[in-house]
Amino acid sequence: MANEGAGYLGTEGRPGGISSWIFSTDHKRIGILYLVSILSFFVVGVSLGFLMRLELISHGPTIMEASTYNSVFTLHGVVMLFLFIIPAAPSIFGNFFLPIMIGANDVSFPRLNLLSWWFYMAGAALALATLALGPADTGWTFYAPYSLRTGTYVSLAVFAVFVLGLSSILTGINFVTTVHRLRAPGMGFWRLPLFVWAVYATAWIQIVATPILGVNLLLVIAERVFGIGVFDPAKGGDPILYQHLFWIYSHPAVYIMIIPGMGIISEIIPVFARKVIFGYRAIAYSSLGIAGVGSLVWGHHMFVSGSSYTAGVIFSFFTFLVAIPSAIKVFNWVGTLYKGSIVLGTPFLFALAFIFLFSIGGLTGLILGALSINVHLHDTYFVVSHFHYIKFGGAGFAFFAGLHYWLPKMTGRMYNTKVANWSCLVLFIGFNLLFFPMLILGIEGMPRRYFDYLPQYSTLQIVSIVGSWVLVTGLIMMFVNLIRGAFRGPRAPFNPWGSATLEWQIPSPPQRENFEKIPEVTKGPYDFRGLR
Amino acid sequence: MNETFEKTALHRDYAASKLGMWLFLLTELGLFFGPLLLYVMHDIRHPEAFHAASSGLDRTIGFVNTLVLLTSSLTAALSVASIRRGKTELTLIFIFVTVTLGGIFLVNKYFEWTGKIAHGIYPGGDAFAGLPPGEAVFYGLYFFATGLHGLHVIAGMLVLAIAAVLTASGIVNKRDFVKLENAALYWHLVDIIWIFLFPFFYLIS
Ligand code: HEM
Ligand SMILES: [Cu+2]
Repeated sequence: MANEGAGYLGTEGRPGGISSWIFSTDHKRIGILYLVSILSFFVVGVSLGFLMRLELISHGPTIMEASTYNSVFTLHGVVMLFLFIIPAAPSIFGNFFLPIMIGANDVSFPRLNLLSWWFYMAGAALALATLALGPADTGWTFYAPYSLRTGTYVSLAVFAVFVLGLSSILTGINFVTTVHRLRAPGMGFWRLPLFVWAVYATAWIQIVATPILGVNLLLVIAERVFGIGVFDPAKGGDPILYQHLFWIYSHPAVYIMIIPGMGIISEIIPVFARKVIFGYRAIAYSSLGIAGVGSLVWGHHMFVSGSSYTAGVIFSFFTFLVAIPSAIKVFNWVGTLYKGSIVLGTPFLFALAFIFLFSIGGLTGLILGALSINVHLHDTYFVVSHFHYIKFGGAGFAFFAGLHYWLPKMTGRMYNTKVANWSCLVLFIGFNLLFFPMLILGIEGMPRRYFDYLPQYSTLQIVSIVGSWVLVTGLIMMFVNLIRGAFRGPRAPFNPWGSATLEWQIPSPPQRENFEKIPEVTKGPYDFRGLR
Repeated sequence: MNETFEKTALHRDYAASKLGMWLFLLTELGLFFGPLLLYVMHDIRHPEAFHAASSGLDRTIGFVNTLVLLTSSLTAALSVASIRRGKTELTLIFIFVTVTLGGIFLVNKYFEWTGKIAHGIYPGGDAFAGLPPGEAVFYGLYFFATGLHGLHVIAGMLVLAIAAVLTASGIVNKRDFVKLENAALYWHLVDIIWIFLFPFFYLIS
């Protein structure tokens, strides 16, 4: 297939004004809208994280006061979770590729899709507005009773998260419906690419779990504005119930963040091992398994909140259980590599980094899931390190892998692979320098959310701070290279990696109408026979 | 955007519209799951206070309102049945009755709320602060849950009104009535949530 001009990127040969983007109902353009907006907020989040680290370079207030530090880690958490990692993979790649991968020309509800993006932007505007007014200082968890008392703009921040949740729900509804209704002839459920399976499982969690967070946030607003008393001990309420409702959503939300990333990795591994993926069904089922068991483990965030011992044991047990489906995936990826004829492409290097970092994240998670050890490690840097390994080392690196895998399709141009490989290495080193010392600091007792520390922690803190510099260098390398590639890189062929899924069988970039004729699917997504 | 770009054909997938609506209704149920869970947890802890507070609510109004909403669900269903047979006028009448019943529900609710507020029993009111701990939470939850439900009633009335306009202008018709059907589904949801709220708040004592 030849490269036919700018495809969906142009309007009758012209690039088209801004309104042809922000009012477009084309799933590909909406995917690009999300790409640009989400990455912009990621830059904001990284800057905040970078500043937090810098604050700790010497004792006492260095570049900010304690209260500012509180606001900065709150905003960092909110931005990274609700504006970056939750929407990143589903809203960018899900929007752009899910319809193409199942052989459809769009999602089921294109206008609703555009509305989700507008909600996303509204939520983002509200969240960033608090930055000017007086950012919340509660941590991203908004725990009662502090969140009911603090003088900062908690209600606004909470409402921002509510609006973002609405956007997330609408996207989920759209994807579930699309997968059920718009699969091309021959595209049975067992021929769905694993990325589609992952986004599908995620969409269900978004639909089922997000409303519970939503109403919890509304309750916080009602408490602050009217004082309805449900979380207020003075009126007979109970702040612990806030924690329950919060984690009933927010633990499954962890899987909203990671499952699509796992889906990306499941696409990349077989392509670069030139082999049918090992255990296709096991991987698909394990996504559903994680979605299911993952809804029963929220109590592991509350081992020291005064819940009963029995509850602790049960939640600890389920936490161990939920590690199994995640491990199944890791084994299957590694099993796919075994005896494959491996091509060391950039996306593949990122995927390897993902497997390594995600495994550390998962194993430290098991340590935290053990009841007795948790009492010691709770609210220390060990936890901070653990969730950065999962969310950044896992979901974040998977997202970067996806960027390097799919951007040539999205933009029709290729980035410089040598620079990309180097940036992967720098990121990997920077990441471990930044976050591995935090594991040790945590074991030694360094508490999280402190803007200062005791002298004995100095050495490891400095190592970690230098790590943040290396990491940011890697990020700059990566993004500059990708952006240059997107605008000036050489034209990408329609199938640069020799993939078998449908999105690679159409031109790069795709035409406006994905398929002139809806394809008839006759083989599985990882059947490489007949490809190079 | 030109015409071919708008994939008009896709907009007419009846089964997709229904599935999407059902998923949306599921999220609405999730929204009310939170307050009900809080209710159950607090009820376990302060059973006496909850019963005492509950007997302070006017059961008669609650019961009348339940009947009003049940009837409105019936008329909403009848409006869909009518459009299937192509009887536009009858459809409009049934929608009108449904919306009116929704209005009656809200008026009753208004009197109930203002009655409590007149006695200072509302979050921030004088009597509220003096209530025994469990009772304050009961009323806090009562105002939150029925308030949230009331917003859904208003939303449902708006959606039905839009469906009426679409019916009158022929966009909703015998062959393409999924918009009205979904509006009616939403109205049933509003009804079902009330069926849960009513016994929880009015009948436990
Ligand atoms: C340049 C990259 C990053 C740096 C330097 C960084 C650094 C930090 C630091 C220093 C903290 C506060 C630790 C404490 O005092 O308790 C923190 C908290 C946090 N980070 Fe990051 N981080 C980065 C990227 C990310 C990413 C990619 C995510 C999510 C996808 C993320 C999510 C969070 C969350 C949720 C918190 C907890 C906030 C809270 O305690 O309320 N971070 N990060
Ligand atoms: Cu958890």
